[in-house]
Amino acid sequence: MTRLSSAFAKPHPALVTFITAGDGDTAANLDAVVEGGADVIELGMPFTDPMADGPAIQAANIRSLGAGTTTAEVLRIAREFRQRHPQVPLVLMGYANPMVRRGPEWFASAAAEAGVDGVICVDIPPEEDDALGPALRAAGIAPIRLATPTTDAARLPQVLEGSAGFLYYVSVAGITGKQQAAQASIEEAVGRLKAATDLPVAVGFGVRTPEQAAAIARVADGVVVGSALVELVGEHGRDAPEHLRKLTTALAEATHTAR
Amino acid sequence: MTPPPNSDQPPAKANSFRQMPDSHGHFGAYGGRYVAETLMPLVLDLEREYRAAKADPAFQQQFDDLLEHYVGRPSPLYFAERLTEALGGPQVWFKREELNHTGAHKINNCIGQILLAIRMGKTRIIAETGAGQHGVATATVCARFGLPCTIFMGATDVARQQPNVFRMKLLGAEVVPVDSGAATLKDAMNEALRHWVANVHDTFYIIGTAAGPHPYPELVRDFQSVIGKEARAQMLARTGRLPDLLIAAVGGGSNAIGLFHPFLDDPDVAMVGVEAAGHGIESGQHAASLTGGAPGVLHGNKTYLLQNEDGQIAEAHSISAGLDYPGIGPEHAWLHESGRVKYLPIGDDEALEAFQLCCRLEGIIPALESSHALAALPKLAREYDKDQIILVNVSGRGDKDIFTVADKLGVNI
Repeated sequence: MTRLSSAFAKPHPALVTFITAGDGDTAANLDAVVEGGADVIELGMPFTDPMADGPAIQAANIRSLGAGTTTAEVLRIAREFRQRHPQVPLVLMGYANPMVRRGPEWFASAAAEAGVDGVICVDIPPEEDDALGPALRAAGIAPIRLATPTTDAARLPQVLEGSAGFLYYVSVAGITGKQQAAQASIEEAVGRLKAATDLPVAVGFGVRTPEQAAAIARVADGVVVGSALVELVGEHGRDAPEHLRKLTTALAEATHTAR
Repeated sequence: MTPPPNSDQPPAKANSFRQMPDSHGHFGAYGGRYVAETLMPLVLDLEREYRAAKADPAFQQQFDDLLEHYVGRPSPLYFAERLTEALGGPQVWFKREELNHTGAHKINNCIGQILLAIRMGKTRIIAETGAGQHGVATATVCARFGLPCTIFMGATDVARQQPNVFRMKLLGAEVVPVDSGAATLKDAMNEALRHWVANVHDTFYIIGTAAGPHPYPELVRDFQSVIGKEARAQMLARTGRLPDLLIAAVGGGSNAIGLFHPFLDDPDVAMVGVEAAGHGIESGQHAASLTGGAPGVLHGNKTYLLQNEDGQIAEAHSISAGLDYPGIGPEHAWLHESGRVKYLPIGDDEALEAFQLCCRLEGIIPALESSHALAALPKLAREYDKDQIILVNVSGRGDKDIFTVADKLGVNI
């Protein structure tokens, strides 16, 4: 069993949390969300042009790059996280260009060496899988794909083919951290996805509160929270960890006891 | 079948440069569809709809009709006699795209894309713009067809391009200033993509250059190819021969690919794309993606980009807002690597000089974008004899640039 599949094999739904690398004291921020009860960690790789992100994560990218975060630094953060938390699954999330800049094989082996379990690349759809997917698989890293409200039944098999780890359902056609989808549409979509795959299905985009997390956890295998946490880092800077711990604790409790 | 000598478009040959992209939208290693999953189904729809439109004579007929009666095509092919004399070498001819309605080649593409949008049943139009030329062209076709229009424009560009902002508003468009990043064209494109992702059901994105996810580079090229098809036929009619060299400025590269593409299989026609070298390649302040960049992925396609060793995108610089972008269309990346087209960097100062020379010798105020193409003439003309022909694409008129030029020349207006 991999770290990722173990996280989704727990007797309760998983809380997946997103933090941008290099924004504030990332090691302390990550430790705080783990202590709060996060089951899977997404570590955002900053990019100058985060086209799928809303204002909160855009600002986090700017803060991180402004502080001089490099790819080497992101990998160092991952490696040290792995040393502190040998069992917690860690996923890198970001955009294609920083991932393929030195070649997909370089990135995949560097990420594997740092102890990364999965990679979510926002702008590499199945059609362009060759740009990164084969290198990740060869390095033993799960390419985690996104399904969206626009992914229809005819297209879904193509998205699932070559996916691993879990399936990330983007619950709204839109950018991160903005509006939240109607519960009924999430339930319908998760049902459809689970009928098509054995992969765990985690739902994200627009999830901010424990109440929302609980509602989603009643139907999905995982709940992803990003912007709400990243905003706390923006607001509290070096003091963010205690705020992150508090929100993550509430989210984890709601997620873990939803059923 | 052998084409007649005056055919405006020879059929593609076996070793053709005109058969790209492949079925996945790749031009060799470049192009593709690097978009978020939310957009993928829409991009596939667009491709299907474009194939259908391309095969539909009624679509082509409506496009041609609008180009003739609304845009004012064909644009003239003009022998620049005094500039030729001043250079003392080969004949210099202009393709006069600056005489089109709205003053540049941009409108050709906007007409094609809005017809596609209507065909797809989309009811809202969005676009990005840098200097505002594509924004004005988009607002123009939206007014003409009665569709609501939102233009994303970097806040920095909004401040320095007030006349075009006002033009867009007069034409009924909503102009949204974008504050992220350096608040210029790249950021406007990011914001347009974000807006599109959230409004895919009813919104069509009119991309202004031959870049972005497949099929945009192909369809923008096809719509702009009217430039090269006309030029080829006009040159044959006027001189009985083809030009020896084509020169066009390249930002994203739509006017250049529009001129070049119909000539790509004419082996005796050389081509040069002119990139903006800004303050010079070594200064780091330029927009020459091929000369000073490296392959990468941005805004839906793989192409040459200005970026650092970690793949973070650099800010471009050029005196010409229309060339001020850190990437280039993927077909140019491929033509560059294949060697079929040469790319030459030209700096702000050289462009400024060519701008003034063209004003004085030909009575034509060229856009600063086109001035980059004109500035390559002295360098390239040396390699050609008096009886040879160089054709320059004067892609836009420079009225929009007079404030920038006055500022550079230290004139207060």
